[in-house]
Amino acid sequence: MGSDNNLERLKCEWEQNSVRPSLEHGENKGIICTSSGIEVSPLYTPLDLERIGFDYIRDVGFPGKFPFTRGKEPLGYREKPWLMLQYAGYGDAEETNKRYRYLLSQGAGGFSVALDLPTQLGLDSDDPLAEGEIGKVGVPIDSLLDMETLFDGIPLNKPQQISTTANAISPIWLAMLIALAEKQGVPLDECRFRIQNDVLKEFIARGLYIFPPEPSLSLSTDVIAYCAENYPHWSPLTVCGYHIREAGANAAQEIAFAIADLIAYVDDSIRKNVNLEILLQSLTVLFTCGIDFFEEIAKFRALRRLWARTLQERYSISDPDLLSFNILSFSAGSTLTAQQPLNNIVRVAIEVLASALAGCDYIHASSMDEALCTPTENSVKMSLRTQQIIANETGVRRTVDPLAGSYFVESLTTELEGRAKDYLHSILEMGGTIRAIESGYFQKELSKSAYELNRQIEEGDRVLVGVNQYVEEEEPLCELLRVDPILEDKQKRKLNKLREGRHNAAVRESLGRVRKAAQSQVNVVPSILEAVKAYATVGEICATLREVYGEHKSEGYY
Amino acid sequence: MESIRARGTTKLQGRTVGFRILVAKPGLDGHDRGAKTVARALAEAGMEVIYTGIRQTPEMIVSTAIQEDVDMVGLSCLSGAHNTLFRHVIDLLRKGGAGQIPVVVGGSIPMMDAKELKEYGVAEVFGPGTSTKDIVAWVKARLAPEGSQERPVIPAT
Repeated sequence: MGSDNNLERLKCEWEQNSVRPSLEHGENKGIICTSSGIEVSPLYTPLDLERIGFDYIRDVGFPGKFPFTRGKEPLGYREKPWLMLQYAGYGDAEETNKRYRYLLSQGAGGFSVALDLPTQLGLDSDDPLAEGEIGKVGVPIDSLLDMETLFDGIPLNKPQQISTTANAISPIWLAMLIALAEKQGVPLDECRFRIQNDVLKEFIARGLYIFPPEPSLSLSTDVIAYCAENYPHWSPLTVCGYHIREAGANAAQEIAFAIADLIAYVDDSIRKNVNLEILLQSLTVLFTCGIDFFEEIAKFRALRRLWARTLQERYSISDPDLLSFNILSFSAGSTLTAQQPLNNIVRVAIEVLASALAGCDYIHASSMDEALCTPTENSVKMSLRTQQIIANETGVRRTVDPLAGSYFVESLTTELEGRAKDYLHSILEMGGTIRAIESGYFQKELSKSAYELNRQIEEGDRVLVGVNQYVEEEEPLCELLRVDPILEDKQKRKLNKLREGRHNAAVRESLGRVRKAAQSQVNVVPSILEAVKAYATVGEICATLREVYGEHKSEGYY
Repeated sequence: MESIRARGTTKLQGRTVGFRILVAKPGLDGHDRGAKTVARALAEAGMEVIYTGIRQTPEMIVSTAIQEDVDMVGLSCLSGAHNTLFRHVIDLLRKGGAGQIPVVVGGSIPMMDAKELKEYGVAEVFGPGTSTKDIVAWVKARLAPEGSQERPVIPAT
């Protein structure tokens, strides 16, 4: 085309006149390359779209329509903003209950229950391995009794969403929610529960696994199958790229590893005769939003497109409009610095803005003090206000996917999709996620990219304000949240009292049924629900499952 | 570098290969990006590094440290359980007659805790944002103080 030739000539002229001299003065890597190592040109024009064979209808299309590049909601945020979520839990159920009531009173749409590490690993608070960890990164939940305290005065159908980081213990958490809703007399179909239930990423990145990969996957798909059959409007699977990215992955790996995980869940769910339509419609994806602004926006767009295209191709879905899902964007904890913590407010604001420009359905804003401790009430409020300012004052909600058609953003979206597709292809060639976990592939990839990113910061290729530039001597942040050490003893006493007061013969019988279900490979959720109702503890139920499945041990790669 | 060293595996020939460092994650915290980055940096600086993976009890860490005859122990914890777990490791080292092995720590450790941990016997606290170069330099200086002859270092492969 004549006009394109003309454009090419004009661009050449422009380059000769203005670009060369500055490029020759050695720009550093942090300027030229994105955080994932994608080289960015100083200028993008229609020629770049031509180079990638950009086709609007095929590659972008309309919001709410395949391939969902522009988002899930046809009208974006015009009707309502994204759901503002807060992740919270610490100390004990009583303390956390106060925080939830506070968050709801301040306009939070819902919250994600942060469980402490012993609970997430199926250990009771009096287990010797729980030493020092009780109530630290979340709330300890030993039994239904703690759930009753946690949601005292908060009917489970009141928040717009209640979610949790239950993964290795997801069937127990599901049972806890059902048992508590029944106790509260709340209709289960009015509740909106989201269970993370992505145990595979624990092996890849986060480390909170209990059983070996295969039975772990089966427990996750038991939860999916149970919900698909009984509570199709809940969200029993949130596939997580977040933890993978935080452990060092680049943006393309975040997309690819998450889709590889999803494929493992879908394949196993199909094996268990789960209704695929129900599963696909209830999906949520949790991704990080880092500070590399345009790359992150392109990442969310590429994720939606590659996800829809991959699933369409692999499962021949008759209605491609089913291939959307909710994205929960969580501002990246790894971008927060312990130095000059007030700067983190700015970082989080930029990350929330990127998430909104990318059309994420739920957004979680981190707090300024998170590099140092569990956030205080004030810093949590600050991060909620950050979301409210961006949603209500900036005008970001006026139009859907406002960066679509940008020569740069479309080029970056396509580049990321291509790179992610290559990683995904390698994993599927290896035999899928479980095989790749067993071979140590993920751990090695993550260590490599984490080390490279750290090297760039240390070499000064990437500037971190307050860390490698603009450093100053500073006073420590005076207000830090400290978990009162007394709470650990209080929790242990509560557990002791429970063990003395409950009907222990009924507990033993119910655990026997859990063991039998696990051995005979039927869905474990109904038997676990009975055990939970009998006030069996998380540790007792997991100990029973450990006897059947064994435990996973991983090696220390670096 | 994709090295794996399980606990108690082959002993190398004495102390001539340079410093031997144990990097360990006590407790239940699975965040080992920092621990692995430090392990790799120390290895690239020519030290022999044993990383035992996540979820180690203080007992396991101390038994590895003694069995492997390490020159230094590095602990990382991001879950907030550092006060309990780091002290427990130091207690057990002393009890096992290995109290002379310096223990350095990292992770999300508030300044107030850092001060108390140092009083308790932690040799140094490397907080978030510490450069691996600073850590390597500190370790070398500590293990081969001025005036003494630094032990020959074989580059890592």
